[in-house]
Amino acid sequence: MNVDLKQVEEAAKELYIRALKILPPDIKSGISALAGRETDATAKTILGTMIKNISVAEANANLLCQDTGIPIYNVVIGRRVNVDGYALKQAIRAGCERATREHPLRSSVVHPVTRTNEHTSCGRGVPVINIDFSDAGESLAIEMIPKGSGSENSSWLKMAIPAEGVDAIKTFVVDCVLESGGKSCPPTVVGVGVGGTADLCVHLAKQAATRPLGSRCADPEGALLEQALSAAVNQLGVGPQGLGGDATAFAVHIETAATHITMNPVAVNMQCHSARRARATFTPSGVEYGF
Amino acid sequence: MTHYDFTTPVGEAAIRALRVNDTVTLNGSLYGIRDATQIHMFDRGRKTRFDLAGHAVIHTAPNVKKVEPSAAYPAGYAPVCIGTTTSARMERFTRPLMSQYGVRMIIGKGGMLADSLTAFGELGGVYLAIVGGAAALETTWIEQIEDVDLDDLNPESLWRFRVKDFGPLLVAMDSHGASLYTELKKAAAGRRAAALASLGVK
Repeated sequence: MNVDLKQVEEAAKELYIRALKILPPDIKSGISALAGRETDATAKTILGTMIKNISVAEANANLLCQDTGIPIYNVVIGRRVNVDGYALKQAIRAGCERATREHPLRSSVVHPVTRTNEHTSCGRGVPVINIDFSDAGESLAIEMIPKGSGSENSSWLKMAIPAEGVDAIKTFVVDCVLESGGKSCPPTVVGVGVGGTADLCVHLAKQAATRPLGSRCADPEGALLEQALSAAVNQLGVGPQGLGGDATAFAVHIETAATHITMNPVAVNMQCHSARRARATFTPSGVEYGF
Repeated sequence: MTHYDFTTPVGEAAIRALRVNDTVTLNGSLYGIRDATQIHMFDRGRKTRFDLAGHAVIHTAPNVKKVEPSAAYPAGYAPVCIGTTTSARMERFTRPLMSQYGVRMIIGKGGMLADSLTAFGELGGVYLAIVGGAAALETTWIEQIEDVDLDDLNPESLWRFRVKDFGPLLVAMDSHGASLYTELKKAAAGRRAAALASLGVK
């Protein structure tokens, strides 16, 4: 399968805008489920406002949240896809710029030292483009995640040591949820990376934070941990917006990787209640949009 | 728990009457302000031509569309999506906003810290919590972008919005030393030991 890079550029533009406007169904039903179970009156009102906001955004075709985030594109290329990888990255970047200019969107991206905003949502190394490969055959998938700063600023890495064991991982996750409080716009998806190198651990945390609700860690040890931690963090009473209540997190998601004999790394990356993502899949029959 | 309808600007007595868990709805002018706006105002000596005395500021940097200035769009900007950002990053600017400009209300999400609470008590101010991430709804409460200053910082300019029935907003920090965030943080920290025990942490 050959990929038309003009279509990729168009999809990169379309995905950014779609992600900002339409929440995935798993997140929508997640908020409704939390609102149904909530016992705190203030928290119930806040969750009700979030649900109302989702329908106002859809009715007015407006952005759910003003934070257009840092644009992230996750590309997965099948085995029978012919594509010029360098040009693919250029096409994604061009689409991201066009979304910003043509919609228009607030460019939330600045140079880290001069703080200059080019008003393109792009800069050095941004958009973040992650490329991976699958055995899917004639398929190229692009997932777009506009990662908001309220939740991204709630990111931590701890290089714990083997002697501290799995207790260090559990304690760290609970303490990060407490430290984050209302700043990460709870209810959140608490993304946790366990193992790997320092950079891989943080990357795993981001993958965990942006996974659909209802999905489980493929590693059975990780799946057990995420079940236990999901229950534990929801005992803390941080609540929606950090104003108290039962709904602190939709879930704790964990991704794991093997690590060094001397290492026990754990990273946390939060995703806010407006857990936005959009996906385009290219196959020989065309482009299909989803989540 | 009392509800108040304010038309801005408001005086100190009205602000001092507010207690945590009260709610407020605003009409009139509302000023949008953000990290860079305040870094430039308080660290780099920039001044605004706006009179913020008795007003509310909201922690925001909006999505806007540049249009030809007209009666409907006097500043040459149409609102696209206007929401609220996390307040705690801007903690050190609460006192100068109040002491130098007379700001009375700060609207944001996630809460502010001890220095802000002290400033609210000494100078007569409140923190009003809005639901973060509910920007599509919040945008429907904005009638117009009336004016803009320090626009070289766009989108972190100093914006003047005209708002209609903006709220209800929750009084989360008042001028009597009460903060819902401090209370809840303390309560949550108190549940830490039980949460860790449930995980079998020794």
